[in-house]
Amino acid sequence: MKILGNVIRYGDNVDTDVIIPARYLNSSDPKELASHCMEDLDKTFVTRVKKGDIMVGGQNFGCGSSREHAPIAIKESGISCVVAKSFARIFYRNAINTGLPIVEFSGEIEEGDQLEIDFEKGVLKNVTRKTEGTFPPFPTFLQKIIEAGGLFKAMETLA
Amino acid sequence: MHMTMSQKILAAHAGRKSVTAGELIMADLDLVLGNDITAPVAINEYRKAGACGVFDCQKIALVMDHFTPNKDIKAAEQTKQVREFADEKKIPNFFDVGDVGIEHVLLPEKGLVVTGDLVIGADSHTCTYGALGAFSTGVGSTDMAVGMAYGKAWFKVPTAMKFNLHGKLSKWVSGKDVILHIIGKIGVDGALYKSMEFAGDGVASLTMDDRLCICNMAIEAGAKNGIFPVDESTLRFVAEHSKRKPVVYSADADAEYDSVMDIDLSEVHSTVAFPHLPSNTRTFDQMPETRIDQVVIGSCTNGRLSDLQVAAKILKGHKVHHRVRTLIIPATQKIYLEAMKQGLLEIFINAGCAVSTPTCGPCLGGHMGILAKGERALSTTNRNFVGRMGHPESEVYLSSPEVAAASALTGVITDPATL
Repeated sequence: MKILGNVIRYGDNVDTDVIIPARYLNSSDPKELASHCMEDLDKTFVTRVKKGDIMVGGQNFGCGSSREHAPIAIKESGISCVVAKSFARIFYRNAINTGLPIVEFSGEIEEGDQLEIDFEKGVLKNVTRKTEGTFPPFPTFLQKIIEAGGLFKAMETLA
Repeated sequence: MHMTMSQKILAAHAGRKSVTAGELIMADLDLVLGNDITAPVAINEYRKAGACGVFDCQKIALVMDHFTPNKDIKAAEQTKQVREFADEKKIPNFFDVGDVGIEHVLLPEKGLVVTGDLVIGADSHTCTYGALGAFSTGVGSTDMAVGMAYGKAWFKVPTAMKFNLHGKLSKWVSGKDVILHIIGKIGVDGALYKSMEFAGDGVASLTMDDRLCICNMAIEAGAKNGIFPVDESTLRFVAEHSKRKPVVYSADADAEYDSVMDIDLSEVHSTVAFPHLPSNTRTFDQMPETRIDQVVIGSCTNGRLSDLQVAAKILKGHKVHHRVRTLIIPATQKIYLEAMKQGLLEIFINAGCAVSTPTCGPCLGGHMGILAKGERALSTTNRNFVGRMGHPESEVYLSSPEVAAASALTGVITDPATL
């Protein structure tokens, strides 16, 4: 899989309370959750995000609560992939289990940059800055979950 | 064998003699937990996948604690969905208004988690049960759905950080100060993907409530789980609450740790986490005068009986500051009743506090104590992220119940030792 998209960038420790504030967790409807995505950190996100955009964070992206509403809201808002220096562990597994592509990558990326990500080769190309770097592929076990289209489908072979 | 305590529990539940850090394993679960926020998403996933059976209806717990008593129509629809699911699957451990308590206080109280268990919960503070010598960790709703159907979950075997505790805590200092002290030192991702394993001769001096509070906030350092060695206090607690037999695991003498930190408990001081990260900690010698508008004493972190007892000791015979709305939330019905029998509720009400039925409510800005723009709360809860308790421009400070009660009286964040 290869994707091309523009960057919406945030800093370190983006927590699940700002990704989707708890006051909206009285719904599990992806569209409704997406309409409040990032609201407490960036009110402009929902109006400026375009289908295929790439969300970029720093260290410990998705820390805090276990709410799967967070990756659901990000995915439904049109974001094609989240790139961060590191991910909080529950967000990491939620992204894999629900099929939101994520990449651990430490290279320099700025707001508005255009990125091309090749998941098979593990290459992230910053088209704007004409730089590129690599990221490690997922372990085979996690690849199977991703390829099956989520954990539930993968369980037929993994269980 | 070089295994940590956490690795041993994972190995046993994966049917293996040993596991090594970094390995991905599939393991059998003793309990799968969800609440009124995460279970609806799990049930949606479960239905979407066409699942129909559950692996063991006795090993699923559904706790309606976050937005209950239902804060609005949508919240009511969510608990209804879970209630119907519990009925359909004949899940006995469904807890609703009237017998519900805050999940991580309720499950140990009901004896649903015992020493040696492997537990997942669709709630990040599921790591609390490490205090009982169990491996327990927070996961998402899809993990919960798969867990309900198959009784299994995948795990990346974690490495561990060891925390050697020595000595004894001083007066007015408790488990909350220990964990805030540690998070202040290592940061909110200091234990990312790792186990926090506690050890040392200081463990014996910590009450079970202290240990539950410490493990509860392991996630705030990014940890996969927090875990305490099993001693007489643990076994007594488990025997008092459950008929199930505990299985005791301990770390190998030659277990490998990423790091070892020594902590002299007598050197831990009352600690407050300032906005907007639990790692932004200060002790009173580094603290500016900080006016507060609200105090919350409760939650899965500090809503236990001993927390209410120490708060009552401080509040007894006094009135809370006229500006400070003080909310006291016993974590379970049993604790509520016991607090009533011991006269604690009377002390709280006479002091001008509001006492609520068990709920997570204000901790996550759900209901029962939302903050306006610019307001500050001092809370015994576990997170102080932007907007956590209400308006994005409000502030949450985290502390022990000792500090919270003292501050309710003065209207500024106050060291209980100075009262």
